[in-house]
Amino acid sequence: MTVADADEAAPVSGTGPVLSLGAVEKRFPDGTRALDPVDLDVAAGEFVSVVGPSGCGKTTLLRIAAGLAEPSAGAVAARADRLGYVFQDPTLLPWRSVRTNVELFGELRGVPRAERRKRADAALELVGLTDFAGHRPRALSGGMRMRVSLARSLSLRPELFLLDEPFGSLDEITRERLDDDLLRLFAAERFAAVFVTHSVLEAVYLSTRVVVMSPRPGRICGEFTVPFGYPRGEGLRYDPELNRIAAEVSACMRAAAQ
Amino acid sequence: MNVRPLLRRLPAVLVAGAAVGVWYLISMVVLAEDRRFLFPPPHDVVREGFLDGDNRAELLDALLLSAQVASLGLLISAAGAIAMAILMSQARWLERSLFPYFVVLQVTPILALVPLFGFWWGYGFSTRVLVCVIIAFFPILTSTLFGIRSADASYHDLFRLQNAGRLTRLWKLQLPAALPHIFTGLRIAAGMSVVGAIVGDFFFRQGQPGIGVLIDLYQSRLQSEQLLAAVLLSSLLGVLVFWFFGWLARIVVGGWHESADEPGVKG
Ligand SMILES: Nc1ncnc2c1ncn2[C@@H]1O[C@H](COP(=O)(O)OP(=O)(O)O)[C@@H](O)[C@H]1O
Ligand SMILES: [Mg+2]
Repeated sequence: MTVADADEAAPVSGTGPVLSLGAVEKRFPDGTRALDPVDLDVAAGEFVSVVGPSGCGKTTLLRIAAGLAEPSAGAVAARADRLGYVFQDPTLLPWRSVRTNVELFGELRGVPRAERRKRADAALELVGLTDFAGHRPRALSGGMRMRVSLARSLSLRPELFLLDEPFGSLDEITRERLDDDLLRLFAAERFAAVFVTHSVLEAVYLSTRVVVMSPRPGRICGEFTVPFGYPRGEGLRYDPELNRIAAEVSACMRAAAQ
Repeated sequence: MNVRPLLRRLPAVLVAGAAVGVWYLISMVVLAEDRRFLFPPPHDVVREGFLDGDNRAELLDALLLSAQVASLGLLISAAGAIAMAILMSQARWLERSLFPYFVVLQVTPILALVPLFGFWWGYGFSTRVLVCVIIAFFPILTSTLFGIRSADASYHDLFRLQNAGRLTRLWKLQLPAALPHIFTGLRIAAGMSVVGAIVGDFFFRQGQPGIGVLIDLYQSRLQSEQLLAAVLLSSLLGVLVFWFFGWLARIVVGGWHESADEPGVKG
């Protein structure tokens, strides 16, 4: 299915979760037990953040959800044809312009040129990089490159959007700005999102639900619902209720680390 | 007018000037007049080698032939080595079974093979080209193979996310990523091909002379002005080839890869 005819298709709705992981385990050939059984359902319009110490299997979980890795046991069901994935690094092709980088996913899926160009330009506008469409990635700052990577997935109009610590390596100001951009995009598009981060505050600020993972072998040791609606904005960062939830999440993480 | 590019070249120009100075010093001061023929001064080399019409024609014809041999050899080698690297990257068993023999071919002194080739196929143009093909093959093969493998696993994941197959990844990811490495290989191979064409000449005394044949001839006749002129032209050919590939790399990958920035001219 292409992005073009996906528009005519019914949006993912009602009939069960977009992503469903049932007792997923992962053991690497070298014996590393990365994931103990993990159950996770994500419905359309849900923004689920996964927090946990580094090395606890967050990336592994996302890769399994995306079909990039096979689980050693358990079941994975993704009802999303259009899958967005933002890696920890921007992974842009240095020989392509910003625009043709954003076009890549559509190109690989056989979307006609004119159509995917239109999508790419729209996605670039969403992330505020229209003026840089003709530039090569190396002319861009780290934050801008991450935006291009976001736009690349957005151009697909993803039903399921997986993000692996996308802003982890950016400075705080840039990170906060990109968080707000992401909130704006989520409010507009309402994809199902799984967002991996090690920042508890970022997780609570963005999500409808926060999932806490234990140290390796990772399993889910706590779930928190965040009761705020969308759109969310800057002011919410300092909301006492939000900070109370963040404190609970942190406590849960600390308890799991013991 | 921007003088900065000129300023950047200044040190290299000064060194060239100093070299000519030292050359004069050796010819005119260190060497007594009866031994000056061993290392004649620059103006004698220019007069005999380049200003004398017949000598110049002889040198330039030979240079042209060597240049043709070297570039044709390089061209064939590049096509073959890049194709072979692509095949090897797609089929491990091919690499496992053939690569050791390319190493053997590489470490065998090629000049030791020349008499054998001459014995089999004569000392014509095509045998000379063959020497260059063999000499240039290995650096292009290894750098292309390395380049194709240089794309990170996360980039492969990026393509696999949208179900891109091997050939799509080869064409849209691995080959573009390999380009800077291919150019590095070509640059090295081009220099070696020129050396192959000239040194190979020492074994090819029949037929139309290349510049290496002339060097041999001038040396035996003690024509040291022309000998030096021929040596200078040989290195000029090498320099031209080196520059050409640097320029080509800048045109093709300069916009996105820093390897194409000319060394020594940065900043
Ligand atoms: N291919 C692999 N082979 C063996 N161990 C691996 C592999 N990939 C990841 N691991 C290990 O699995 C654990 C979880 O890794 P990862 O999912 O990357 O953690 P996180 O993203 O939470 O930091 C780590 O201990 C890591 O070293
Ligand atoms: Mg990770």
